[in-house]
Amino acid sequence: MADKKRSGGPKKAKPKDNMMNLGSQSVEPRRGTPQPEWAAGLKRLYNSVVEEPLPDNFADLIARLDDRDS
Amino acid sequence: MSETTDRNGFKREMLNVVPHLRAFARGLCGRADFADDLVQETLLKAWAAQARFEPGTSMRAWTFVILRNVYLSELRRNRFRGEYDETQAERILTAPAGQEGPLHLSDLHRALLTLPPERREALLLVGAGGFSYEEAAEICGCAVGTIKSRVGRARATLAAMIEGGALPKRVAGDGAAHAEIMKGLAEAQQGKE
Repeated sequence: MADKKRSGGPKKAKPKDNMMNLGSQSVEPRRGTPQPEWAAGLKRLYNSVVEEPLPDNFADLIARLDDRDS
Repeated sequence: MSETTDRNGFKREMLNVVPHLRAFARGLCGRADFADDLVQETLLKAWAAQARFEPGTSMRAWTFVILRNVYLSELRRNRFRGEYDETQAERILTAPAGQEGPLHLSDLHRALLTLPPERREALLLVGAGGFSYEEAAEICGCAVGTIKSRVGRARATLAAMIEGGALPKRVAGDGAAHAEIMKGLAEAQQGKE
């Protein structure tokens, strides 16, 4: 409830205050409110996809966009 | 010529946010292949709507709005069955000493999939994507207070499931998850349209 929201977009975590040693650098520790461990898991879930190698078909699709409307 | 430059810049920005679109989509629908379909559809729509993008604003937030709409329309067509991609099942979230078993990311994801869509997306945006409540409200087209309340309820539900050991089962939970999703959608629809 007294949850501190961070302004600004997704930044890399600062390696401080790491109260939960979850071993993931992408997880940002929140300050103030103690978060349950699974809360950091949400970020890990998200980051695990962000960090996956991007399948080529996305770049291909974007590259092809020009052809479509010329 | 400058138009070409703009278009290339737009494409680059789109490509940069694809990993985030994939992550958001996967969190929303639970299956990697469906999620990637959603992202492709999103990219096509974003390209078609590029004139509406204001340079200098967040491409991630802008494309998330589109992705969200694509997802909701797919959900209405009953495309998703709450199926979960088990490829991540081996990833251990945490294994604190003295607990019955480790909580896997897949457990968390399944629990997430049982939430009503509007709470799930609110939690994904704020709790996973790192958006502020204000940004999330803008993406979902609702009031900041609404987002706060959805995130709060989503967290409370997940906490109860996880701490109470009532996580949806791997197989049996899929049907239940889908039923919850559809129920949540029906409620959301009643409120909106």
